[in-house]
Amino acid sequence: MENILKLLENDSRLTAAQIAAMIGRTEEDVAGAIAEYEKNGTIVAYKTLIDWDKTDREIVSAVIELKVTPQRDRGFDKIAEKLINYNEITSICLMSGSYDIQLIIEGKTLREVAQFVAMKLAPMECITSTATSFVLKKYKDKGVIYASSEEDERGNCPV
Amino acid sequence: MTDYKKLIPEKIATLPTSGIRKFFDLLENMKDVTALTVGQPDFVTPWHIREAAIESLEHGKTYYTSNAGLMEARREIARYMERRFSLSYHPENEILITVGGSEAIDIAVRALVEAGDEVIIPEPCFVCYAPIVTMAGGTPIHLPLSAKNKFKLTEEELRSVLTEKTKLLILPFPNNPTGAIMEKKDLAPIVKVLKDTGVAILSDEIYAELTFGKPHVSVASFDGMRERTVIVGGFSKAYAMTGWRLGYTLAPKEISEAMYKIHQYAIMCAPTTSQFAAIEALKNGDADIEYMKEEYDRRRKYIVEGLTEIGLECFAPEGAFYVFPKVSGFGLTSEEFCERLLYEQKVAIVPGTAFGESGEGFARISYAYSVSHITTALAGIKAFVEQLKKEQK
Repeated sequence: MENILKLLENDSRLTAAQIAAMIGRTEEDVAGAIAEYEKNGTIVAYKTLIDWDKTDREIVSAVIELKVTPQRDRGFDKIAEKLINYNEITSICLMSGSYDIQLIIEGKTLREVAQFVAMKLAPMECITSTATSFVLKKYKDKGVIYASSEEDERGNCPV
Repeated sequence: MTDYKKLIPEKIATLPTSGIRKFFDLLENMKDVTALTVGQPDFVTPWHIREAAIESLEHGKTYYTSNAGLMEARREIARYMERRFSLSYHPENEILITVGGSEAIDIAVRALVEAGDEVIIPEPCFVCYAPIVTMAGGTPIHLPLSAKNKFKLTEEELRSVLTEKTKLLILPFPNNPTGAIMEKKDLAPIVKVLKDTGVAILSDEIYAELTFGKPHVSVASFDGMRERTVIVGGFSKAYAMTGWRLGYTLAPKEISEAMYKIHQYAIMCAPTTSQFAAIEALKNGDADIEYMKEEYDRRRKYIVEGLTEIGLECFAPEGAFYVFPKVSGFGLTSEEFCERLLYEQKVAIVPGTAFGESGEGFARISYAYSVSHITTALAGIKAFVEQLKKEQK
């Protein structure tokens, strides 16, 4: 039933009936499997990718690289669990390489994001440094190309 | 004043316009149509293949290749055929790289057919065979296949049209438009009939990579058939490379030499950039084929179920990316059905008759489209069928 996850990852609006037709199972089987995936947390959430640049909404995103002192017995989990609580932070990943944690932060203005970093993040005891990079333009996210043409340009050759 | 009637030979002037063309012309004047008409993949050529082409241009590889095509590309075609279909062809003299499968069909027919020859064309089928045969001076023998046999060619059907004049049999499987395939057990009786004749075979295997659940079997894999068969293959459908215009022929040396003569004078060589792209496709593209095939398979199942629910009888196609549902039963011809569907619901599908008279009562629906697009089209077809049912009461 892993196919179900791949299909939903690509298009979460597919109905159980549609998926059932595509993979040759019954609608009940598919609905049951989805319910189970939701229950055991394999399916975490259903969200929509929105190109906010096409709307009037002002939104600023920044990638923050954090260097962190890990906590005894808890490693990086303790700081991550604290960061999770901030609504401004939309993504938290533990990284290998030259820094420890990568955050993605969203705010209405550059100033708001900068304030958050300066007032909330930087003062945290275990955070030893922050590096902020603002997102200027999004080209591709979650495998989806932004601003690609929806128009079907294929020629109607008599094939 | 120029008299074009005198200028253009009658043989060409009387060639019919393809039925699909006529239908596409209707489409061009309409806006916001949900079309399921296109006979080409909706995928973009995988990036690593495009990148190989770009790299060839960056290195200034803008020359003609040898007439038969780059030796490296021919070697890769030979390896590919061995790897995927267990067929062996010599890159030196049995493989010819062509401008799409279309040129391959053209040179095969021209190399084998002359005035007085009959060419058996099982229908419904792709639209080019009969005109090419006519232009070569041969006589197309239209052989209507039957829905009750899932549009497969049977021994009896073949025997019914074989004559002493028969020169060539076209085997267009996996089939556009019906989605029919010929399995080993289906080909065996055909081979048995042909063995005692001198009839050559043009096996158009352009959709060979798109069979679902059952592997493609080439007629050339049967004892005694390889030496009389021209296989037409290509990159358009397997690797989503329609615009690159690249195909090939696989045939015994003697037939290859004959096709080579036509190709060298008419075409010179296939596009060099496309040939470099093809090398990359053949070396590293097997996973792309599988990915696209899985996607088509899901859509195939989805659309067959959708049409069945609507009440349009539809056998599950086993190859290519088309379904061929029955649209008779409403008192309309295929053409009328498709035209009314277009005007009343703005959904475009192609009348079965565009692929031969035996396509009457059917329509071709391409599923080389996204699921959401197919869903929209199915909703339009459903509304139209319900309207027709009301009219019948």
